Amino acid sequence: MNYNVDEKGYYGDFGGAFIPEMLYPNVAELRENYLKITAEPSFKKEFDELLKAYVGRPTPLYFAKRLSERYNTKIYLKREDLCHTGAHKVNNTIGQILLAKSLGKNRIIAETGAGQHGVATATVCALMGIECIVYMGELDIQRQAPNVARMKMLGAEVRAAQSGSKTLKDATNEAIRDWINNPVDTHYIIGSVVGPHPYPDMVARFQSVISEETKWQLLEQEGRDYPDHVIACVGGGSNAAGLYYHYLNDKRVNIIAVEAAGKGIDTGESAATSALGKEGIIHGSKTLLMQTPDGQITEPYSISAGLDYPGVGPMHAHLFRSQRAEFISIPDQEAMDWGLTLSQMEGIIPAIETAHAFAALDVRKFGPDEIIVFNCSGRGDKDLATYIDYFKL
Amino acid sequence: MNRIDKKFQEDKKLLSIYFSAGHPNLEDTVPILKKLQAAGVDMVEIGLPFSDPLADGPTIQESSTKALRNGMTTEKLFSQLENIREHIDIPLVLMGYFNPMMQYGIEKFCQRCEAIGIDGLIIPDLPVDVYHEEYKTLFDAHGLYNMFLITPQTPEERIRYIDEVSNGFIYMVSSASVTGAKNTFGQTQTDYFDRIAKMGLSTPTVVGFGISNAETYTAATTHSKGAIIGSAFIQFLENEGVDKINQFISSIR
Repeated sequence: MNYNVDEKGYYGDFGGAFIPEMLYPNVAELRENYLKITAEPSFKKEFDELLKAYVGRPTPLYFAKRLSERYNTKIYLKREDLCHTGAHKVNNTIGQILLAKSLGKNRIIAETGAGQHGVATATVCALMGIECIVYMGELDIQRQAPNVARMKMLGAEVRAAQSGSKTLKDATNEAIRDWINNPVDTHYIIGSVVGPHPYPDMVARFQSVISEETKWQLLEQEGRDYPDHVIACVGGGSNAAGLYYHYLNDKRVNIIAVEAAGKGIDTGESAATSALGKEGIIHGSKTLLMQTPDGQITEPYSISAGLDYPGVGPMHAHLFRSQRAEFISIPDQEAMDWGLTLSQMEGIIPAIETAHAFAALDVRKFGPDEIIVFNCSGRGDKDLATYIDYFKL
Repeated sequence: MNRIDKKFQEDKKLLSIYFSAGHPNLEDTVPILKKLQAAGVDMVEIGLPFSDPLADGPTIQESSTKALRNGMTTEKLFSQLENIREHIDIPLVLMGYFNPMMQYGIEKFCQRCEAIGIDGLIIPDLPVDVYHEEYKTLFDAHGLYNMFLITPQTPEERIRYIDEVSNGFIYMVSSASVTGAKNTFGQTQTDYFDRIAKMGLSTPTVVGFGISNAETYTAATTHSKGAIIGSAFIQFLENEGVDKINQFISSIR
């Protein structure tokens, strides 16, 4: 089985482009051009140079000694938290802004949940001198104030999404509506491996630098270019897609995806899409999503705004259904505890999203000779207020 | 003959009205349909509400949200429409997003539509290519038409393809935008209406999005067979209620 996208934009049963006709020209323009443009030597050169000089790549593959000792296994962290702007999100926004420029677009829109993708988009727009509008759920604006301030400092306009649950899914709806209203001059930078084809594939390709580096870094440190397990948190799933990408079809590597259980899978306040979702359509993609029996999309919940999405990218839906990946879900409390554990054992304060991934160590047993690579996808600066409140720091 | 085809043979311009089922009140569906037919409306699009209506502006988003809050579901709508053909003989089209239909089961959905006497569907997020490959046979088997949207940005080649796959009518979106009422049309829209009229399509066209009053209705129907009013009608219902529907319709034509 092939786990990459097929020529029609599907991962197994999932994917495609279920979009209103108003979006057809925009999406078709991207679909027809993204592979061609990103394969051009001049594009690659500029992309690689920016990743190196501006983002700070390659990010280290760090052997977590104390954590490895405690769990009697070999644990590596891919340090995406050290990327400029504090998370992996910028890998994708650099790629997409270059693509947008190449397509002659002069206005950028984006959606954001935790604010990381919004900041990463505002950053590259500042870098290129392009107008930037970020849609963000009103509720998320309140709980992620520092990132809102960052986007404003970077010159972006932050527009509150006031429909529905006032979170990420509604911000995405608003961004899509903006794109419908501005079909010619605007490029929509989607922040995750979601949305209509070619977005899931395009974003996965830009994030694939994570596993590309992991391969040679592991070869240097362990004498082989693949680990036994790759583990990442999954909301929409972009950091996970980046870490899995070059191992998707390598069966020696076990793939583990960690979703947010919120207050618990059965509480009605959860974002564990693989456990709670059914096949359907969200934001132009056929995938697994949380919905009522009547097909209305439900409001997810997680303490981490970045995992608070009722769907999952079609690549991940396929990895789940085909059982290529193991899916586990971690409640708020365990994720928060891991935020503290990683801080105190390795001196790394992770984003709450990222902290979810590490809880896999408590759920599942790993052998002493096994090599695990975690995607340490983001740093916890943006979550300090939540940590302070939670731990009464 | 499908009621839509029959209606489109009439030698007149057509006025079609959209409303969200379950709004303003859950049980308003049938009374609204009766009032619309009595007021001389030619066709009705009944909106099946969805939590995340991507192609819709604030008015329809809000009416959908309220309808859902009122308790509207796919099953509820079908049961309201169960005996509708005893009272209503104008064409009825269901308009809704694809996900609720998928969850209901596409085949079962088509069966219910056929049993009730629904004439066609408009599903904004089901692209013509996917419909053509996966669902057309099923829709055809149940005598259901499926109508597609085109916009000022739709390439000519694709318009031809849509014309070929379509039956009933082609839904011409007036401008590059989500739904919502506008007061006038500019030169760009008029040129676009003109351009499409000159393409000599085999399927008749109806203009929608941004039609709100006699002026926009007249402009839209100069080059097309009819026009669809949604948001402006919903706003009227919200302000004036179901009883005064006749006033709204007579203000249009």
